Amino acid sequence: MKAQDIRAMILEVIHQIVPDEDLSNLKGDVRIRDQIEMDSMDFLDIMMELRKRYGIKVPEEDYMKLSTLDGSVAYLEPLMKQF
Amino acid sequence: MVAQGDDIGHDIAAKMNDETRIVITGIGLTAPNGNNLTEFRQNLLAGKSGVGKIETHYMGEVIAGICHFDPLKYQKKKEVRRGTRAGSIAIYCANEAIADSKLALSSVDKSRIGIYLGVTEHGNVETENEVYNIKQFDYNVDFWSHHHNPRTVANNPAGEITLNMGITGPHYTLGAACAAGSIGIIQGLQMLLLGEVDLALTGGVSETPNTFGVFAAFKNEGALASHPDPQKACRPFDKNRNGIVVSEGGCICVLEKLSAALERGARIYGEVVGYAINSDASDFILPNPQRQTECMRLALKKAGISPGEVDIINTHATGTREGDKAECQAIRGAFGDDTEIYINNTKSFIGHTMGAAGALELVGNLPSFEDNIVHQTINVDDLDPDCAFKNLVINEPRKVDKVDYILDNSFGMLGINSALIVKRYEE
Repeated sequence: MKAQDIRAMILEVIHQIVPDEDLSNLKGDVRIRDQIEMDSMDFLDIMMELRKRYGIKVPEEDYMKLSTLDGSVAYLEPLMKQF
Repeated sequence: MVAQGDDIGHDIAAKMNDETRIVITGIGLTAPNGNNLTEFRQNLLAGKSGVGKIETHYMGEVIAGICHFDPLKYQKKKEVRRGTRAGSIAIYCANEAIADSKLALSSVDKSRIGIYLGVTEHGNVETENEVYNIKQFDYNVDFWSHHHNPRTVANNPAGEITLNMGITGPHYTLGAACAAGSIGIIQGLQMLLLGEVDLALTGGVSETPNTFGVFAAFKNEGALASHPDPQKACRPFDKNRNGIVVSEGGCICVLEKLSAALERGARIYGEVVGYAINSDASDFILPNPQRQTECMRLALKKAGISPGEVDIINTHATGTREGDKAECQAIRGAFGDDTEIYINNTKSFIGHTMGAAGALELVGNLPSFEDNIVHQTINVDDLDPDCAFKNLVINEPRKVDKVDYILDNSFGMLGINSALIVKRYEE
């Protein structure tokens, strides 16, 4: 999966988890939780979706690396080459 | 001991004043055949059932009563997703009840509002869904939802109301099998009388049709209703009744002291004048008519009225062979073999709304104080002689002269019985 597809996938997952939020202006380099109403349980939902869909289990110590959209794409790109 | 009970009952009745009289001033509900009291009542009088068919895990198609309210009227999509079906039902009913009461929440001390909701069971739905979910992942618990605990704690439906409405007073649920809805109302009444709260949101909720286990257990117990026409499946008092229709629903009543209601000029639906809760102490499932009779008698004593003063008995009858017969025997025990009281049943329209039933079935009858009509029980094609009463209201509503007292029965597994008596409000 390419970077742009990973970004689209993450946005789709976030939309599923916080469907009331407008994601159209989400900035890639700012913490997602600072831009939309999203809490730690919602973040865990994103982790769960990655596990269910792609078998990717993100270790807790890496959670901070996925706090932004850009950071998430960078972290997931090497793990998602086969998809 | 009986004489002592008499004394207590008369004492309570004698001490009644505006500070100790508890009235219903708002109603919010969702039932399989209506999403507010007006609609619910209209459909009861019109004989309109709300029972249909749903698909459930492992069992395929089952007969059930499902509600059709719009959760998004009071919740964001995320809240619906985060919470439970019981929570959504509770939130809908609580908001509708407050709106109906004409109370402005912004002008009320929210720390003085208590929420007391009856539930038959809670947590089965989420647990079953999670087990179903991890089955797809070879039972790897890494895929078990982190939402499971807040969704399954027993206070969940009441707690979701506090989150949604910003109410900071006490909230909890009361587990009381199928008597729970009535017991929610009783708990609210007691907390008002104790001065613990100024306003009580009381009643019960059910999300039970979303759990296959309850259907499977009733089926294996020989107590799950079946019929080619789902709307004919729930048939209390009919010779061919064959079991329960499992339904969801919710009903929340705003309770407050009469003094507070009068001060703000509230509409008063009725006054809760009598109640009783007791236990069979005899069987896990089978009812005990003697204990049910005692429960109704105790409620009459607390209300300070004689059996002949009751105008309507709304029965608990679920459509099981033994349960309906036992309740009829219990009514004869409390009111006599030749009682002329009007007797009806609501489950024939909506199935068994479990934790909501006691409250929902009561409020469906409250309009009788104004319209002097007793709603019927439907689906009685061939009356079981064991369930015959002079004024059993069958298949068509009955116009009556006046309704002053309504008694609402609710009984549950492990032998928990409740009876509520509501009186037409008079100064």
